Amino acid sequence: MAAVITEALPRSRLAAWFYGHRATEHGPIRLGHRRVYIVPTRVGMMFAATLLIMLVGSINYVLSLGFMLTFLLSGLALAGMVHTVRNLARLVVVTGRAEPVFAGETAQFRLFLENPAPWVRPAIMLRHEASGAQLVTDVPASATAEVVLSVPAARRGWLALTRVRLETRYPLGLFRAWSIVQPDFRCLVYPRPDKAALPASSPDASYGTRQATTQGTDDFSSLRTYQLADSPRHVAWKAVARSDAMLTKQFTGDASAELWLDWTMLPVALDVEARLSRIAGWVLASEAEGLRYGLRLPGIILPPAHGDTHRAACLTALALYQA
Amino acid sequence: MSAITAHPLAPEQRAVTGRDLGWLCGCLLFVMAPHAMRVPWWLTLFAACLFGWRAYLSITQRRLPSVWLLAGVAIIGMIAIGVEYRTIFGRASGIALLMVLAGLKLLEMRTHRDATMVVFLCYFLVLTNFLYTQSIQTALVMLGALVAITGALVSFSAPQRAPVANLRTAGLLLVHAVPIAAVLFVLFPRVQGPLWGMPQDAYSGVTGLTDSMAPGTLSQLSVSDAIAFRALFNGPRPAPRQLYWRGPVLWDFDGRTWRTGPRRFRSVDEVTGGEARFDYSVVLEPHNRNWLFALETAASLPPNAWMTGDGQVMANNEVRNRMRYEMTSVAGGQRAGDETAGSLARARILPPGFNPRTTALAQSWRGTIDGDDALMRHAITWLRAQSFVYTLLPPALGRDSVDEFLFDTKRGFCEHFASAFVVLMRAAGVPARVVTGYQGGEFNPLDGYLTVRQSEAHAWAEVYVAGSGWVRVDPTAVAMPGRVDSGMANSVPSGDPVPYLMRVDVAWLKSLRYNWEALTNRWNLWVLGYNTERQREFLARLGFTDADWRKLATLLLTTVGLIVLGLLTWSLKRLVRPDPVQQLWLAFCRKLGAAGLPRDPHEGPRDFTSRAALRFPAAAATIASVGERYIALRYGAVGHDADLAELKKSVRGFRPA
Repeated sequence: MAAVITEALPRSRLAAWFYGHRATEHGPIRLGHRRVYIVPTRVGMMFAATLLIMLVGSINYVLSLGFMLTFLLSGLALAGMVHTVRNLARLVVVTGRAEPVFAGETAQFRLFLENPAPWVRPAIMLRHEASGAQLVTDVPASATAEVVLSVPAARRGWLALTRVRLETRYPLGLFRAWSIVQPDFRCLVYPRPDKAALPASSPDASYGTRQATTQGTDDFSSLRTYQLADSPRHVAWKAVARSDAMLTKQFTGDASAELWLDWTMLPVALDVEARLSRIAGWVLASEAEGLRYGLRLPGIILPPAHGDTHRAACLTALALYQA
Repeated sequence: MSAITAHPLAPEQRAVTGRDLGWLCGCLLFVMAPHAMRVPWWLTLFAACLFGWRAYLSITQRRLPSVWLLAGVAIIGMIAIGVEYRTIFGRASGIALLMVLAGLKLLEMRTHRDATMVVFLCYFLVLTNFLYTQSIQTALVMLGALVAITGALVSFSAPQRAPVANLRTAGLLLVHAVPIAAVLFVLFPRVQGPLWGMPQDAYSGVTGLTDSMAPGTLSQLSVSDAIAFRALFNGPRPAPRQLYWRGPVLWDFDGRTWRTGPRRFRSVDEVTGGEARFDYSVVLEPHNRNWLFALETAASLPPNAWMTGDGQVMANNEVRNRMRYEMTSVAGGQRAGDETAGSLARARILPPGFNPRTTALAQSWRGTIDGDDALMRHAITWLRAQSFVYTLLPPALGRDSVDEFLFDTKRGFCEHFASAFVVLMRAAGVPARVVTGYQGGEFNPLDGYLTVRQSEAHAWAEVYVAGSGWVRVDPTAVAMPGRVDSGMANSVPSGDPVPYLMRVDVAWLKSLRYNWEALTNRWNLWVLGYNTERQREFLARLGFTDADWRKLATLLLTTVGLIVLGLLTWSLKRLVRPDPVQQLWLAFCRKLGAAGLPRDPHEGPRDFTSRAALRFPAAAATIASVGERYIALRYGAVGHDADLAELKKSVRGFRPA
């Protein structure tokens, strides 16, 4: 009979049904009773063995109160089972934000566990099945607990939070109830930045190019009134100290350049990932130096600019680059 | 990629904290304390040392001892217990072993897994307490222990919570367990134990009558409040003078002690004559002897019982559990005698060389009085003429105990009177024997049960009169006529150590005692006495006749399943109570919708009510007030119960057309 069912249904679907695997879900995930599974733990098995010994003892010594005790403890185990399910069921899992990280770091998946019930839910474990990242938290009554799963980010691109197991053994530890969720939740992983020197600015340089412009950051030329968009780095603090007005230093000169971080200028020997890593390293270096930089990838051109938004746009382009 | 990491909820992974340790030690001490008073003192000390050792290690934060050291201590403990009890498989030695093992387990308790094992051990130790007592008090105390132990188990799953919260959870769990336990208790197919041979020491330490009687035997028993048995009469109750509960009949006298001697079997012949017939049931406390007690003269036999030649009812097995049986007796009835010359000769034997004065007196009567019957009457008259004192504290008697009692001290308890009378009769050549048993009892006005205590143990005489058979003579009643009618306590001097319960005569105290005893009786009958028969009886009353184990199992699983389902429903109950104001508003909108004016989704309460007021001018006032109240209650800063009640009234009574 079982074999027939196995043949009739695709194996994966049967397994998915049996183990409660589901497709990625959007929005808040409510753990209904139907998706909470429960089995006895090893401690639960030992408890059952203890009860059996107590039952035999009660029969042998004709102990009415022994029967009563054994039956009360059996009832306790069954009530504990219901309470264990109750501790997990109808919890709501809501996804939060996951800030982008660089490959090699750990992605911080922020989840919220909403407890709609007026009772505390102690000792709920969350475990990221793929990486083994796990934590235990209590969810207060009618409140929300915030948890962060730290999942190692190995490769650039989107890192989806795959299956997360929520498990509890509260209150007696005789049963463990679990539920599997797979929220629609992903974290952007930038390429691992390479610590290479910035390309030279001469037009014939092999890596990237710096082009001379009238405005740069190398040589000081004059002061002008501070504008909100100006980097604090360029504020003429000494001058500000002397007068009341905020002043910004202006730079010009040959060395002050607009930098193009260009894919094609990298050695042919470098593979795609190495190139992306190199360019990501340049983005960070340029940003640190306060340069204006543009990005040129096959099919993608980001005009020179600087600032956090630009940096994020460049790194995102690198992270999602498809060869 | 899938790294194997330790499971954070697994009990193996979590170390035992000081709080866990303290809590568990408390639980263990709680359930072991009653045992500690029963086992030898050195064992209590040994276990206490193990506990102290663990506490010391915990406080000083030292490492726990090695397995080898603990194994050594365990072996020493086992040898000591083996030497003390001569076995390690008995009941008492098993408990002693558990006490030592509990201490040792504490010393190797590192993680919550070990701690959970200690919790299970605690549960088991609760059970061992029931081997000694199953009273209501014990049950209540152990229920308290159960909450504490379960609280410990809960705290392992929620280590951060306050102990009070864990105790509350444990209490809630136990409350939820009660219905399941009750169903299991009633329906679980009962097997009549024991399953295998009981350890030798399983039934030691019960008080009660013995099969011999020497001066002091019964007066010692008389200071005990312990209950011997209870009886419930269907129909008329016997008078106090009819309450002679027959126990062992003593034939053989060695000058000091009376013994039963060999017994033979007799059939239960028809009882003739008699004043009244009584049908009753007896609930006999376990006394580890074969005998069953019945009013004289027993006219029936319960199942698995037989009757001795001298009219005592015997069970086939020792009474080791509380036992209930039905009896019929005829007060004053006579059974056709089947005494042989041999057995009558046995009832005349006296040890030679004892009690010369008694013997001389009896033989002088024999010379002048003719006939056994007349001799007996003469002896009774003589006894009544002497001034005897009935006392629980008789003076010590020497070798010729009957002589000294009859002629010198003249102070004695029922065994002295019975023994003296039978010796007198035998010395005069009249066959006589001593009967022990209980005389009297106390009717509980609440449940009608007659309670017979050990303090009512009694001894009387029987004399064989040709033609009428064995005739009961109660020499105590003859000498002290008040003993039978008004009880022992009123017959003895005021300084005697009468059991406390018999002395107290305060009305409210007495009624309290009656209540308590009726409760205990019901507890004994329905909780402790719930066995295979009782189960069948009870199920028949519920309508399940001839329920075999298969039917029982089906019934059991169904009921338990239903209860668990009920619990699940409880856990499923709606978490968010819908806002009553909103409910009423929606009901109001439904009514208007049914009347042909549905609310548009974009329409607020103000727009909708004004539109509805135009459409239904007759109900315009109500519609406006509902709208205003709804807006005030739903969006206003404060809501009033009175407004809610008004809203409810208007919506309920609202008819649009």
